[in-house]
Amino acid sequence: MSKLVPPAPLRRAKPALPWVLLALGIAAPFYLGAYDLNLLARFMAMAILAMGLVLIWGHGGILSLGQGVFFGLGGYAIAMHMKLADLPAGEMPDFMVWSGREALPVWWEPFASPAFALAAILIVPTLLGALFAWAVFHRRVGGTYFALITQALALAFATLIISRQDVTGGFNGLTDFYSVFGFGLASPGTGTGLYWLTLAVLCLAYLGLRWLLASRFGMLLRATRDGENRVRFLGYATTPFKTVAFAIAALLAGIAGALFTLHAGVVSPALIGVVPSIEMVVWVAIGGRYSLAGAIVGALLVNLARDAVSSAFPELWLYLMGALFIVVVTLFPNGLAGLLKGNRA
Amino acid sequence: MSAVADLLLSVDGVTVDYSGFKALDAFSMTLNRGETRVVIGPNGAGKSTLCDTIIGRVRPSDGRVIFRGEDISRLPEPAIVGRGICRKFQAPGVLPMLSVRENLALAARRDRRWWKSVGIGIPAGDRQVIEETLELVGLAERADIPGGQLAHGEKQWLEIGMVMATGAELLLLDEPTAGMGPAETSRTAELILGLGAARSVLVIDHDMSFVEQLGAPVTVMHQGRFLKQGSIAEVRADPDVAAVYLGHAA
Ligand SMILES: Nc1ncnc2c1ncn2[C@@H]1O[C@H](COP(=O)(O)OP(=O)(O)OP(=O)(O)O)[C@@H](O)[C@H]1O
Ligand SMILES: [Mg+2]
Repeated sequence: MSKLVPPAPLRRAKPALPWVLLALGIAAPFYLGAYDLNLLARFMAMAILAMGLVLIWGHGGILSLGQGVFFGLGGYAIAMHMKLADLPAGEMPDFMVWSGREALPVWWEPFASPAFALAAILIVPTLLGALFAWAVFHRRVGGTYFALITQALALAFATLIISRQDVTGGFNGLTDFYSVFGFGLASPGTGTGLYWLTLAVLCLAYLGLRWLLASRFGMLLRATRDGENRVRFLGYATTPFKTVAFAIAALLAGIAGALFTLHAGVVSPALIGVVPSIEMVVWVAIGGRYSLAGAIVGALLVNLARDAVSSAFPELWLYLMGALFIVVVTLFPNGLAGLLKGNRA
Repeated sequence: MSAVADLLLSVDGVTVDYSGFKALDAFSMTLNRGETRVVIGPNGAGKSTLCDTIIGRVRPSDGRVIFRGEDISRLPEPAIVGRGICRKFQAPGVLPMLSVRENLALAARRDRRWWKSVGIGIPAGDRQVIEETLELVGLAERADIPGGQLAHGEKQWLEIGMVMATGAELLLLDEPTAGMGPAETSRTAELILGLGAARSVLVIDHDMSFVEQLGAPVTVMHQGRFLKQGSIAEVRADPDVAAVYLGHAA
């Protein structure tokens, strides 16, 4: 017998889907125009967030209806940096001037530094996710109550941003960016570069999560999902497992938000509130909540469909998505990935 | 040899109050090192609540649980397991999506801090315990199927195996033979008898033939209180015990 016995999911799965996706991802820049490539890159950023939901929801049984918050934190962090980077020193972003502010808020100032902004993208969502999850799980709150609390968090966050127009840009969010880290956003080379960056992050996140889910940590997460009492009375403190998983999902959401903001050129409350947070869960439900590749496909397909439908019939989209969600959850609880593979790896 | 040196567990005047209803009412009992004890009592007597209290799932409103001389009734649950107490639940609590071997691997792990779980595969040091336990509970052939696919009796054995694999000194087995036929019940009795003097076992069961096979002293509970203690024959012949069982049956 070999020294380390790989756990069942690794041994069983012969993943063809991830390779197909990777090939398509590498081919895309050579076939798609700048507009379509930008669209694809946005959806790929969403897919990074979606994989975080596979970790917490699929394998951890933790349903978060508030991933938009962490997505927003990452998005606003990079947006604040870009707003400041384009300014001559000592000046304020346009919207602050319009809303009559005298000076830049102190907590905006450090975002002028690229290093600080990068660190904030990685650290703020992770830390906030960890603190939030720990506070809730420590009190043994879970299941539906947890989902409701995360939804309230998303509502509060979006409301806060809208209400503090003078420092957040309010309902319109932050937009009109010209450069990032010295690269002009208008140049096509930057767009392609950002696409490759997003693809690289997506691959890294996929590999990292795949490893984590196959590790003993993943096993304990699934065990806690299925029998928290049993795990606890085998001597494990279960709160840290759930907290760490949630923090990782928050990190991925934050990175996704930053990348998305780079591609879309805007971050606003409309992208991070209650409805977008629920949509994120729908991508994963449709793609398959136990499958990383499924979540990627779900995020891509649903967003592609959304783009097609909502440009023609904007008011139809929510109904369509709701209907799709109900059909998938009732008929195909393992989503598209379940249909393809017939197993949970 | 002194009785005190051999004392492992002492439940001392424990009361568990469910908003006015006392599931345990100033209940006391002691258990020595290496001893096997059977606890019986009619439905609702408080047997499962006794286990819950010892492992910290339920906190007593009064009284103490002393394990190896230490009051454990306020310790966090993982710390109580860490002291060497593990419990099999009345409804089998195996983890359905994990393989039988993974279930045991979870139990066999000694360092249960989360960052020690960041790694692939079952650590080499745990393998021996896992394979031995698989043999002991007769599930070696079934090691790679998910726990949820085991038959009911096999789930009971797996969970007994998990409790054993933790290396706990005190095992609490809540109705280990529920849902088993006579042959399976006998195997379970052999399994428990084979644990040896290094372990103390508290067994809760209704099946009198199983209790007889164990041949251990019996503590009888009734309505959260201690009723009697003695050999099976003594308990059987006791009019009070007969009264509570008959009273319940009637
Ligand atoms: N969480 C709870 N809240 C209220 N009452 C409870 C709770 N748990 C148990 N009880 C009550 O406490 C009493 C003792 O329950 P317990 O499960 O300990 O009995 P038991 O001796 O294990 O019975 P059985 O043989 O049916 O397993 C019962 O009357 C039960 O209804
Ligand atoms: Mg019981």
